[in-house]
Amino acid sequence: MKKIWKKYEHNKLAHGIFLLIYIGVTSLSLYLAQKSVTAFLLLLSSLLLLYYTKFTNLTKWLVAGIVLVFLLPFTASHGDAYQSYMEVSTLVGIYIAMALGLNIVVGMAGLLDLGFVAFFAVGAYTYSIFASSQASHFMPFGTFPLSGESFWIFIVIGCLVAALFGILLGIPVLRVKGDYLAIVTLGFGEIIRIIFNNLDRPVNITNGAMGIPSVTPPRLFGIDFLYPSQFYFIVLVILLITIFTVRRFEHSKIGRSWKAVRENEIAAQSMGIPLVRTKLLAFAIGASFSGMMGVVFAAKQAFVDPTSFTLLESFTILVMVVLGGMGSVPGVILGASVMTILNLQVLSELTNWLNQLSLSGIISIPYALSPAKMQRLIFGAILITFALYRPQGLIPAKNRRFDEKELQRLNRKAISENKKIEQKGV
Amino acid sequence: MPILEVQNLTKKFGGLTATQEVSMTVEKSSITAVIGPNGAGKTTFFNMITGIYQPTSGIILLENEKINGLKPHDVSKAGISRTFQNIRLFNQMSVLENVLVGMHTHLKAGLLGILFNLPVIRKEEKEAEMHAYHLLDYVGLADLLNEKATNLSYGAQRRLEIARALAANPKVLLLDEPAAGMNPKETKDLTELIHRMRQEFNLTVILIEHDMKLVMEISEHIVVLDHGVKIAEGKPEDIRNNPKVIEAYLGSGAVQAG
Repeated sequence: MKKIWKKYEHNKLAHGIFLLIYIGVTSLSLYLAQKSVTAFLLLLSSLLLLYYTKFTNLTKWLVAGIVLVFLLPFTASHGDAYQSYMEVSTLVGIYIAMALGLNIVVGMAGLLDLGFVAFFAVGAYTYSIFASSQASHFMPFGTFPLSGESFWIFIVIGCLVAALFGILLGIPVLRVKGDYLAIVTLGFGEIIRIIFNNLDRPVNITNGAMGIPSVTPPRLFGIDFLYPSQFYFIVLVILLITIFTVRRFEHSKIGRSWKAVRENEIAAQSMGIPLVRTKLLAFAIGASFSGMMGVVFAAKQAFVDPTSFTLLESFTILVMVVLGGMGSVPGVILGASVMTILNLQVLSELTNWLNQLSLSGIISIPYALSPAKMQRLIFGAILITFALYRPQGLIPAKNRRFDEKELQRLNRKAISENKKIEQKGV
Repeated sequence: MPILEVQNLTKKFGGLTATQEVSMTVEKSSITAVIGPNGAGKTTFFNMITGIYQPTSGIILLENEKINGLKPHDVSKAGISRTFQNIRLFNQMSVLENVLVGMHTHLKAGLLGILFNLPVIRKEEKEAEMHAYHLLDYVGLADLLNEKATNLSYGAQRRLEIARALAANPKVLLLDEPAAGMNPKETKDLTELIHRMRQEFNLTVILIEHDMKLVMEISEHIVVLDHGVKIAEGKPEDIRNNPKVIEAYLGSGAVQAG
């Protein structure tokens, strides 16, 4: 058995065939059994399998693209559950982007931020205020709501405004470290929510606890984006951008300086890394991801109120990062997917199933014990379990591997060239 | 020509005076040792030069430019690099990455350049990797480049700190007890390494060290601190026979007995 596995482990062709069969079977079963959540989940987990194959990155991205852009929407599109699947997928995308943002702050720069959802709220409110009649309450000029076409600009604006808030928060907050930082950011998260909750007088900016209704849907070439199946593609594009951004930063001078600050502040400073600026940059970039997705979220829900941005949301995102693996991009993507799907699909399906069972009289479960109500319990349990038994997360962060042979060769070449120059000089 | 000049440097922590009116000059391309019993204020002295502590009073000049009041990262940019007494590596990062962090100030990559992965940036990164590898090779850690820093042996960690400090391409290198915890063979290699570094990089080295054999062998100038005060200064042979120094190390009885 071990032998077969060994053989399989390094055989690309076998990987390819297996993956193809897997994707084929799961997408076919989703196509045939539209209501099967299992088939949907299995199709999604083909991406996880893909991650562990030995293909080049380009192939992996291509296959993932085909699955996400064509296969998933197509196979799911033939039944009543289509929109609910797309809704789940869209939310998964939104949470992944936020978790990636928080991962920069917590995972890479090592700054524990417990109020991260505030930036999401900032993005959401930025769009919904101007894309509804809300802005006419306090703006002396202009006609509101703005048209749906402005949505695309607002993604950038939401990104920038959230980044600005990240910096504004960072300037006072970064004076404190560790536990104190966590508490201060927690307070900040709550303050933002309460401000949005109370900013309906003297000037009505956010419409307070009532929330902002009828946010204009995005519009492109005369088509309104109304359904989750349409938002799915917007989220996919933004998600792709965020993943590329994180990847670029991770292995650059900036990513290294974040990690250096996390590992040892004094040494990092002594190596020429400006502490405050580096931390602010982490806050700003992390926040900007959240802000972009906030805009999308507001447009998708068409309604925004402060209850969407509670402390629990911040914790949920943090749990995603911890579960996936702090500082690990693939890990965080997996963590966010698992948590969101667990939350939206598995728990609610389980509740439905138990309800059916109790309706048919097989068992009876009190309402208070239904799985959907146990979200916090399960989050807590996951957090404790991981902290104790796998603190590095599902997919631990890996350092980039440098090509030793290549560097060795180049180094030898450089040394021999130097010697030649020296000899000529003599 | 002096490269580093310290005038009347004083640091007070509340009621405690860590260093009092310490002055010294360091010649370019020299090796200077700062010695003294535990608690003499040597590391405080280093921390003030590198900007981690702000001196209570006094002036620090690097090539006639005042550098006290600068933040640590600006001091690093000005050309002073250091290692730490209690090793401070970036433990979870790889050995090569540790050295790359040392090159931070010399990399020009900006936010947008990184985002769009411009060819200039890629070239710079590649060259940085090569240089970092070269430095690792120089201190003898090249074959451990992908290892996590925390997994290295004690002596190797000390050498990695030196490579990282060298990566900043400093004018002055401060070594805080580089030989602490090393066996005689490692200490010998270190001595040789310091000599080589000075020659090849045209470096000025200041070191704090308790290993007297190393200090006497390597340094051209020695400054002795005791209770925050400079009690002696001079060539190794003068320091060896200086009664004040012997007293500071061995107690007042030692001089009379000797």
